[in-house]
Order: sequence, then structure tokens, then C-alpha cells
Amino acid sequence: MASHLSSGRINLAVLRESYRRELLECLDRCTGSKALVWDDALTGPFSLIAEYSLLKEHGADKMYPLRPGQLPRNNVANIIFICRPKLSLMDSVAQNVHREEETAGCMKEFHIFFVPRKSMLCEHKLKELGVHGCFTNIDEYCLNLIPFDYDLLSMEMESSFKECYLQNDETSLFYTVQALMTLQTLYGVIPNIYGKGELAKHVVDMMLRMRRETVSTEQQITPQIDNLLILDRMVDPLTPLLSQLTYEGLIDELFGIQNTMVKLPPENLTTGDSSGGGPQEGSSEMKKLTLNSGEQLYAELRDKNFSAVGAMLSRKAKLISAQFDERHAAKTVGEIKQFVSKLPHMQAARTSLSTHVSITEMVKERSSTDEFLDALHTQQDFFKGLDTDKANPYIEDCIARQEPIVKVLRLICIQCMCNNGFRQKLLDYYKREVIQTYGFEHMITIQNLEAVRLLKTQEGSRSYPNIRKTLRLFVEEVKEQNPSDIAYVYSGYAPLSVRLAQFLHRPGWRSITEVLSLLPGPTIEEVQQIPIGLRKRKSSITSIQSGTVEPKVTLVLFLGGVTYAEISALRFLSQLEDAPAEYLVATTKLINGTNWIESIMETLSPKPMNPF
Amino acid sequence: MGWNVEVDPEKFLIAVAPYGGPIALMRNDRNVPKAQRVATKPFINIYTSAGRDIAHFKWESGSVIHLAWSCKEDLLCIQDDGVVLVYDIFGNIKRHFSMGQDAKDLHVIECQVFNSYQGTGIAVLTTTYRLFVVNNIDDVRIRRLQAIPGMEDAPSCWAMLNRDQSPHALMASQAELFLLDQTGKCDPVTPKMTSPASRFLAISVSFNNKYLALFTDNQLLWIGSSDLQSVYCELDTKCTMVPKQLVWCGTGAVVGYWENILLLAGPKKDWIKYTNETPVYLLPEADGLRIIGQYSHEFLQRVPKAIEDILKIGSMASGALLYEAIKEFQKGSQRADEYIRLIRETLDEAVAQCIEAAGHEWEPSKQKMLLRAATFGKCFLTDYSPDAFVNMCQMLRVLNAVRDYNIGIPLTYTQLEKLTLPVLIDRLVLRRHYCLAIRICNYLKLPEAEGSSRILAHWACYKVQQKHVPDEEVAHAIASKLDDMSGVSYADIANGAFEGGRVKLALKLLDHEPKAAEQVPLLMKMKKDELALLKAIESGDTDLVYTVLRNLRENMPSGDFLMCIRTKPIAYNLFIQDCRQQNRKMLQDLYCQEDSFLEQANLRVVDSYDEDSLETRLSCLLSAHEGYSKAKCDWATKQTEEQMRLLRFQRQLEDELKDQYLDLSVHQTIYRLVLQNKHRHAENMRREFKVPERRYWWLKISALAQAGDWLELEKFSKSKKSPIGYEPFVEVCIQNKNRFEAQKYLSRVLPDNKVTCYIKTGQLEQAAEIAFERKNDEELSTVLAKCGTTNRGLTEKIHTMKVQLSSHR
Repeated sequence: MASHLSSGRINLAVLRESYRRELLECLDRCTGSKALVWDDALTGPFSLIAEYSLLKEHGADKMYPLRPGQLPRNNVANIIFICRPKLSLMDSVAQNVHREEETAGCMKEFHIFFVPRKSMLCEHKLKELGVHGCFTNIDEYCLNLIPFDYDLLSMEMESSFKECYLQNDETSLFYTVQALMTLQTLYGVIPNIYGKGELAKHVVDMMLRMRRETVSTEQQITPQIDNLLILDRMVDPLTPLLSQLTYEGLIDELFGIQNTMVKLPPENLTTGDSSGGGPQEGSSEMKKLTLNSGEQLYAELRDKNFSAVGAMLSRKAKLISAQFDERHAAKTVGEIKQFVSKLPHMQAARTSLSTHVSITEMVKERSSTDEFLDALHTQQDFFKGLDTDKANPYIEDCIARQEPIVKVLRLICIQCMCNNGFRQKLLDYYKREVIQTYGFEHMITIQNLEAVRLLKTQEGSRSYPNIRKTLRLFVEEVKEQNPSDIAYVYSGYAPLSVRLAQFLHRPGWRSITEVLSLLPGPTIEEVQQIPIGLRKRKSSITSIQSGTVEPKVTLVLFLGGVTYAEISALRFLSQLEDAPAEYLVATTKLINGTNWIESIMETLSPKPMNPF
Repeated sequence: MGWNVEVDPEKFLIAVAPYGGPIALMRNDRNVPKAQRVATKPFINIYTSAGRDIAHFKWESGSVIHLAWSCKEDLLCIQDDGVVLVYDIFGNIKRHFSMGQDAKDLHVIECQVFNSYQGTGIAVLTTTYRLFVVNNIDDVRIRRLQAIPGMEDAPSCWAMLNRDQSPHALMASQAELFLLDQTGKCDPVTPKMTSPASRFLAISVSFNNKYLALFTDNQLLWIGSSDLQSVYCELDTKCTMVPKQLVWCGTGAVVGYWENILLLAGPKKDWIKYTNETPVYLLPEADGLRIIGQYSHEFLQRVPKAIEDILKIGSMASGALLYEAIKEFQKGSQRADEYIRLIRETLDEAVAQCIEAAGHEWEPSKQKMLLRAATFGKCFLTDYSPDAFVNMCQMLRVLNAVRDYNIGIPLTYTQLEKLTLPVLIDRLVLRRHYCLAIRICNYLKLPEAEGSSRILAHWACYKVQQKHVPDEEVAHAIASKLDDMSGVSYADIANGAFEGGRVKLALKLLDHEPKAAEQVPLLMKMKKDELALLKAIESGDTDLVYTVLRNLRENMPSGDFLMCIRTKPIAYNLFIQDCRQQNRKMLQDLYCQEDSFLEQANLRVVDSYDEDSLETRLSCLLSAHEGYSKAKCDWATKQTEEQMRLLRFQRQLEDELKDQYLDLSVHQTIYRLVLQNKHRHAENMRREFKVPERRYWWLKISALAQAGDWLELEKFSKSKKSPIGYEPFVEVCIQNKNRFEAQKYLSRVLPDNKVTCYIKTGQLEQAAEIAFERKNDEELSTVLAKCGTTNRGLTEKIHTMKVQLSSHR
């Protein structure tokens, strides 16, 4: 079930196992039958840690979503709330408890587990609501970094970016640091820390501090992770705004991937059987598919530029049909037996292939519309630096046609980034157009975008062209089919964030100090001392002779989110021949331009007018 | 014994803790006639098991009826009014609690302290012969047991016993026995007896709660299982008196104590009599019986099997022969070899036996001899794991060390196994034998965190309570000892110092504490709130910051509070975040106080959306407008102004046209007006709100097309030259599924866009031809891509065109 987690250099199944153990300990603390009441935002991440049957084995008979009002009728002994420490959820919890006590008397025990951490504010709120005393257990379940794939961890904290940048509430960063400490207890202290950006600095400071706190109980493990690179999203806010052009990236842009699951309209899927994908829901609903490296074909496809996917699928198709044709060649009983033993694998491969052919068709259909292509060309013009300083007719048309506001905002922000900020007049013009077309309720959204500096006026020197040039962000010749540079993930644009990771190892950040100083926030380089006995030996003579120096493992932590395309780019770097490092990616949230902008937006909806 | 006390239960209340624990004595006045009582208040004396004085203090409280030790070695003094006072081993009061109002009103006549599964329990018998039970003194919940029906006299005897993990009471009323449980049941039980008794005089439950002994008025000693199902023996003691004590010796025998006779009776009616010259006190242990007297502390136990096997005269057990062998070996006799040959086959058993026997021996010399035998035997074994031997040597060393009369914890090996080593170390720490405890930990190579550094932390806590030593010196002593120790909780030590009233020392110590989560709560307790806030901020733990903030708010005037946090941006921002969710009024005030006009204005904008009448909404916006202008946000000011204008305008429209327009944007309002054929109003609004021309054109043609007003659309297209070209016309027509209308505009489309427009209208053939005319290969490809697989003819045609084009070049 979790085999896809253990195929990397760092075995993330270990992390998952430790989460599972802890979860079961929590559940077993409550004896008797249980009903779990879930905070909606947690069901997805939890499904990656423990499957339903496991919970059931440990007495969790019922599962309910956390809603205000009354729980469905049940006759369990324990009601367990599992929720984030958010004040807004406490009202629902309290209502549930009150109603349950009214109907069932005091026969039930209540428990609440906060994920990832207890919060004094929430406990206080429960006290205020008069239910604090009803709980037998008020505890925390420290689920921070959830393993998504063998090289990918996410905390899935949607509001992290908004809280940190708009509300100056760095609680999520504290969780992040705790998560890093968890990683360090399992995989050893990470010797070298690099970082760029304001929040990265905060995280590093907290991390070093927390190590001092826990140094006495530190596990003595040889470090498995060599470097930690912390990148603040504000260092590179442009990348996530652009349309991702990898297979996985496009699926995310067009259909949305949630906790490695994608929901697709069933009528277009021709798999027939669900054996290739995830669990099957009701047939009329959207079909859920699990996308991770557990599926071999997907592991090969996901990081490719979409234009290379078709060719690859047809190659695969030929290969599989050739394999099936081997049955004609099988003459002896032995040969037939051998063939039959390969059958299940081949059938799985065939199902997988047909699934991805249908997905590819769907993606193709949606990505060859005029809306998609025109927007893409406009983006490309922007990052090439063409006409970024005046109102763009395509954006104007989009506004005039009242296309989705997120799309419009995304394009305006891209233009603004690429132009190093707008002239005041142009900025005001765009903003006014948005308000006049989409309504005054977007006032706060626009101010939020300004506050996080996705929209800004020109100031100081125009550093963007300089950065673009030094870091080779714009690459003219990309071989999308057979790339030689990370720029293939955006068909010509290399994500700045990944370039920083690339330059860190080769030729080193020292060569780009000028660019680093142009990027916002401090640059961080720290070393965590490790007992001599635990240090990795410098490559010994034998390994130099044989010429196989094992690449270092670098954990890249994106504060504020990372896109699938960036992950693909990092994977591309890991897979290069003589790659200096293999990358492990961790993030506060997996994002794309749409859901990132949405997380910054503030949606106001007017109360209906009183007619009297 | 280090004391000189007559251990007479008649004269003293006596409490002896099991596992070689401390002994407490207090003068007992209850049996003394009032007239002869001494007027002075009694003392409570606490001794070690070796009779060494640990502490004594004068009893100032009420009348004590029972003394006992809890499993954590706290002294429990139970008074007749049901109050239980808890003292530590040094006679310092820790806390007190009551056994309930009933016990207080009715008075307690008897009391028993017992071990329950939850911890140490107390049962009290009131003057109305009701039992009140607490299962765990650390979690006082009083349970009243059922009354025995028709009981008029005090029960002749009673005892507590654990059954099914919960304490039950076994009570004798005349000739009947009753089992009382905690759910209110009261069942009569009858032990099987040859001659039924008319009164039960004494009950004793064994240490492990499995066996029961009863003494009846017909002089019978009944021994059976605690569920009364099986009987082991009935012994006629020929003694009419009630024994002073009836207790179990381990699990194998019962001891009755009369004046100066101890009668030991086994389950097979075998018995031995001992005589005592001075009074003694008996305390059962898991594997034997302690007999505490004025001059000695004796331990009575059944000879352990291993020792019996080895040392019994004429024993042929393999261990015994090995023991013989080493003796011969030491003499230099070859018979050693013969013995070894004799037990060759079972040598590993013999070694194990010797090791075990060594464990049960008290004399180090005998221990050594047995261990030597074991090593000797080991030499002849090839792959024998030395763990058991090493382990036993270590344990014996520890045991011998704590048995020393200076320490005074005379444990047997079996008891140590039951008690476990960490508990023993805790008990050493409790007695302030820090040095020995650390040495044991280091000797056994226990990890620092649970071993030496933990003990040092306890030591430091004790150190800070020594009030005669100056702060500096204490701090120095602690820091120098603990500096290189990891995992010491300075917060605990500081807490000790603070509770001892040494705030300065506590602060000094707390500075060494690396964990903010430990530091901050203590700082708050010490009322060093601002320092606590700083430390919390430093840690980055927002929950900690919130905790301090809440504490500050509760203990400070609100003005001071705000002054205090405004200089600390992190705390201030977190407070704002809290207000954002829970207290908007406070948020408004804060912004107001800080002159954050922009935030204030934003807040008003948000507020405006919660209002359900136009007037209040406008007034919200007006104050937002004011805020924006104060914040010098020109654009926002203007926009808010426009929004207010829009709302009023929409209200007017609603009045005039009797339709809903409120809450639409400018664009949407005009769109709706066009849709409804209100062109004059639309035009009017366009001027009023200065809608740019390009967008207006888009708006108008989209709306007209949606309305299906093709006539008007055509009219509009001809009104003047379109600023957006004519493709949009084609587009909106197609969108509203009117190919015919779309045709009208195709001719006016710019040449560059013609091909795409023809594709949109579905006229692929024409599109291809135009592309061909324009000699544009790329456009041809686009058309080709649209052809798909069905349109064979056209596909071929385009291919020919492409060939022609390339040949022309």
C-alpha cells in the first residue's frame, strides 16, 4: 500500500509508519466503539496515513464530517473529534457535544485530538462554550509533514501563506519547524542549512533554537539528509502563477489534484475496470484516481512536458501489445507458464495505459482551447519581456468578456512581476477595470495582492531582466521531447526557485551573490554541528577511484507552497547523469496559480438587502 | 535497631511500609483511660527500617486513629473526623483531604489502608458501621458501600481485598460474612467449615489477594482462597484469645500473634511456635513477613527453593553438587572433577540454580561462595550466555548497598524484582541518598536522562530549599554540577526555588532552562509576565505567546496591556489575529488607536457587506472612504466613492425600472440594462462611470447577442468603426449559436484573423482557401488540425495546398 514511499534514497515509509503508530496509540487510548468526527480539511491527508479498514480494526465504526448541529444517531461509546486547532471549528464541536449529551445523557465519552497541535485558544473557546469539561481526552496528534510520494512531503496547510504574509501569524511556521524536527529525529540532524527569504530566516532561527532545546534527547543517527534548502515563496512568486506544462502540472491546473487524488468525469474514462486507479465511487459521480509513483507508467509520465506524453504513450502501447503477442511465440508448457505468470502485471499495465490515454485526451481537449492557448501565449510574451509596460489587450478582452477573475488576476500579476511593478497609472487602470467589472467586493482581494506584493508599483532599479539573464530563466531552445534543461516544464521558462536549488550545488551560491542580493529577504547559510562519530566519511579513496561519488541528498522546503512543475524540474535535476544532488521536496502546501490566488483572495458576499 | 522503642501496638500507632520502607510511630492514647493520659501533644517519629531516626514532629492536629504509608512512601495520618493528612518521609506536610461529610459527621472508628489497582486506597468505618472507600488517594473519589442488613453491632472484623480489579470489603457480622462491592451489592458469603463459628474474630488477606485466613471464636484458624471457594486447612489453635495480629507470611503460611507467641501455620496443618520476649509488630511482604521489635528487625520467609536445593543436607540437586565441587576445588581436591562429571548433563541448570540461590542469600560471603560455584560451573560450558550471572552480580551489589544499615532498605531479591530498579532509585532519591543513587545509575550504566541527570535535578531541587545557603552559592553549586549534564530540567529546580520563596535564585536558574515551554509558565507563575512574553516570542511558539497574552490581559488594566504589547510586533500581530477572529470591536479600537487608517477602512468595507440596508451600508462605506483618504490611498478613496455612487444609482434604477440591480458591478449593471433593452439607461451609466470604450463594445455586443437582438447588434456594428475589430462579433454570434448572423461580419474581419474566424464558424473549406491565398502554411496547419479524422476530402486538399505552397517557395 505504501510501497511508493520507500523507493527513494530517504525511506519515507518510515515516517508514515511512525504517524500510523501514533494515530493508533491515540485511538487505542479510548476503549470501546468509536465514532470519528472529522474536520473536512483533514480527511484527505489522513487517508494517506491510515486506510479506513485500519481505523475500523481499531474500533472506529462510524465516520462523520464535522458539521454544526447534531451528529447522526449512533450508539458508540466514544465520540472522537479530529480537527485542526481553528477557532471556527470549535462552535460545531460544542454543538455536537451539547446535542449528544441532551439525547444520550452522559453515557458517552468525548475526546478531541488537535492536529497537529493543541491550542490554548481553542481550549479556552471550548471552556467558554461550556464543553471543556465534557472531554475525557484533550490531546494532540502531531501529523505535520505528510508523505505524498517517495520524494514529496506536504503539510497541506492551505492558509499558511495568507496567515504568514497578510496576518503576520507565523503559527504555521512553528508547525513547519516541528515537522523538520520530526524529520531530524527519524533521519538524523541535517548538517547544512541554506535558505533564502524572510520566512526562511525565521524558520532557520527557530529550528536552531529548538535543537538547543532538545539536544539532550537527540537520537544518535548518522544524517541521511545532507542539505536543507529553505525557499520562501516570496523569493519566487512568479513561478506558481504561470501555467504548468508538465503532465502532472496540467492535470492539476485543469482538474485539480488533492492529496494525490484527482476527480475526473467518468464518461471520458475508458478503463472499464478500476483496477488501475483508486477506489471507485458511485458511477454517476466523478471518478477518483490516485496518482503517485506506485503506478509505474504515471511515474514515467508525470514529469514530462505534455507535448512529449502522446509519443511516449504510443511507444508504451506498442510495447504492451508486443508483450501480449509473445503468447503466439510461447510453444512449450514452460514458456506458456512464464507468459501466464506475467499476465497480471501486463494487464495492470494495459489498464494503466488506457487510463492515461483517456486522461491525456481530456487534457489535450482542454488545453487546446483558445482560452487556454491565448492565455499561455500572453504569459510567454510576458516572461520574454515583451510589452510588459502597457495595458495588455488580451487581459483587457478577458476582463471585457468577464472571464473568471482568478485567471485575470493571475495574468495581471504575471505581467506585474515581469515588469518589476507597474507604473502607477497602469496599476490603477487594471485595478479599476477589475472592480468595475467584477464588483467592489474584490476591494480587499486587490489590497491583499498588493500587501503580498504580487501587485506593486515600479520602484528602484529594474532587477528582473538582470535576474532573468543571470539565472537563465528564459531559455529559447527547449527540447520538450528530450529536454536538457529544467525550462522544459514551462516550455521555455525555468523556475527561479529550482534554479536557486541548482546553483546551490553547481557552481555554488557564491557565484550568484549579486542576484541573491536582488532577491527579497536575507540569504542564510548555517551549519549544524554533528558528533564526529556520526559524520559521513568523506568519500574514501576507493570511491574516487571507481568514480562513483554518491550524490548528496538535499531537502528543499518551500514555505508558502510549491507547484508540480517545480517538483518535476527538481526530479529532472536529480535524474541527470553526474547530478551533484538528489532532491527531496517538502512544502507547506501543493499549489497552482489558481488555488494560490484563491487562498490570497478575500471573498465578500453581500447580505441580501432588507426590502423594508 | 538504631532505636530504643518498645514496639507495642497497645501503646503506639505503628505504620511500617513494605519493601523495607520507613516506620512511623505515634503515641496512642486511645486505649489509655482519660485520667491517665499525658497532657502533652504526642510526637510522630519516622525511622528507617533499621530504626534510624529520619524525622520527628509534634502532632498539632486532631485525634489520629490510624497511621499508614502509601505506595509512594507518603505517611497518611487518618483522623477520627475523616480527615487524611499526607506527610512526606521527612515529616513535611504535603496536603490533606477528607473522607467526606458523612465520615466527618459520624466519626470514624476504624480504618484500613490497602493497595488497589489504582494506587493506595483508604477504607474507613464510621460509627454507623458504614464503610467509605477511596480507591486512590491521588484521585479522591469517595464511594459509600452498602450497609449490611440488620447489623447492630460493630463488625467483629473486616478486611479489604481486590477482586476483578476493584476493591471489595469483606465484613463479618456475628456468624455471617458479607462481601461488599463498589456498585452497591452486598452478598452474604459462607466459607466451608466443619464446625460453623458463631463469630469471626480476625480476617487476613494475603499480599497477592489470592488467599484468606479467618480466625473464629471456636479457636479455629481457617485457611482458604480469597473467593472462599476452596479450603486448605482448618487448624484448632486451642487459643481463645483474639490474636493481636493475624497476617500472612508471603503466600505460604499464616502467622497469628498472641501475647508473646507467634504461631506459624501452613496449609497442611503443619505449624511452628516462636516465642517473643518483647512486643513486636508484624508486616506481611510478598515473599515473607517482617517482624519489627524493639531490638531487631527480622524477616521470616520460607527458604527459597534454590537455596533449599543447594544447601539441604544430602541434597542431590545439580546445584548442590556444583557447590560441593567448588568447595573441593578450593581445597585442591580432584573430587571437584568427579562432582562436575556427575552433573555434566545438567550443568547449565546447576549454574542457574547457584546464581538464583546467591540472589536469595543475605550474607555477602555466602553470596560470593554461590557465585563462585556458578563461575566455576560456567567454565565447563561452551556457549553459556553470561547475562544472568552479570545481572545477578550487579543486582546483589545494589542490594547489599541499600541493605546497609546506614541506608536501611532491607530488600530481598524477589522484592526488588517486584519493586523494580527505577522505583528503588526513586526511593533512594526520596531519602536524599543522591550520591548512592547516582553511583548505582552510573554503575548500571543507565542512560543519563533517566539516571544521573534526573537525580541531580532532584538534588538541585533539594538544594534550593536549603534556605541558610546564600543564592549565589546555591546557583553556583547547581550550575557547576549540572552544567555538563544534559536533560536536566532547570525549570523544575527553579520551581522548587520559587516555592521556597527564593525568587531571585529561581530567575537565575530559569535562565539556564533551554525549553521555552517550561520556562514561560513558571515565569508567569512568578508574575514576571513581560519576561515571559519575551521568552515566548523568542521561541516562536505562538500558542505560548497566546497563553502569556491571555494571562496579561486578565491581570493588567487594558490600557497598560496595549502599551505593553505594542512595542512587541509579534505579540501585537498575534493579538490582532485573535481579535480578528473573536473580537472585531477590539480590532477596530486597536486600529483606531494605532492610526492604521487603511486597516480601519478595510474593516469598514468588510462590515458594509454585513449590513442589510442601503443607508447603513453607505455609512460604512463613507467611513471607509474617510479612512482611505486619511491613509492617502487615492485609488481606494476614489473607488469607494464610485461604489457609493453606484449603490445610489442602482437604487434609483430599481425604483424606476422595478428590477434588481443592487450588488451588481458597474459592468454587470450595464450588461443587464442592455439585456433588457434599456439602451438609454445603459448609455447614461456608461458616461456616468466612464467605462472604457473597448470594454463597452465587448459588453454591448455580448449582451445583445445573448438577448438575441440581432437587429440591434447589426445596427451597433454600423454605428461607427468598431474599436475591437469584428472578430468579437463573429465570436458572440457563434457563442449564441447563430452562424447565420456570424456570416454578416466575416467580411469585415481583419485579414490576419479571417482564418480563425472561418474556423470558428465551422467553414473549414473557406478557411483553408483563405489560408492558401495568404500563402500561410502555419494557418493551413491550424485548419488541418481542426479537420480531425472524418473530413478526408478536405484533409487531402489541404495537403495538396501545402505541397503547392512549399514548391512555390
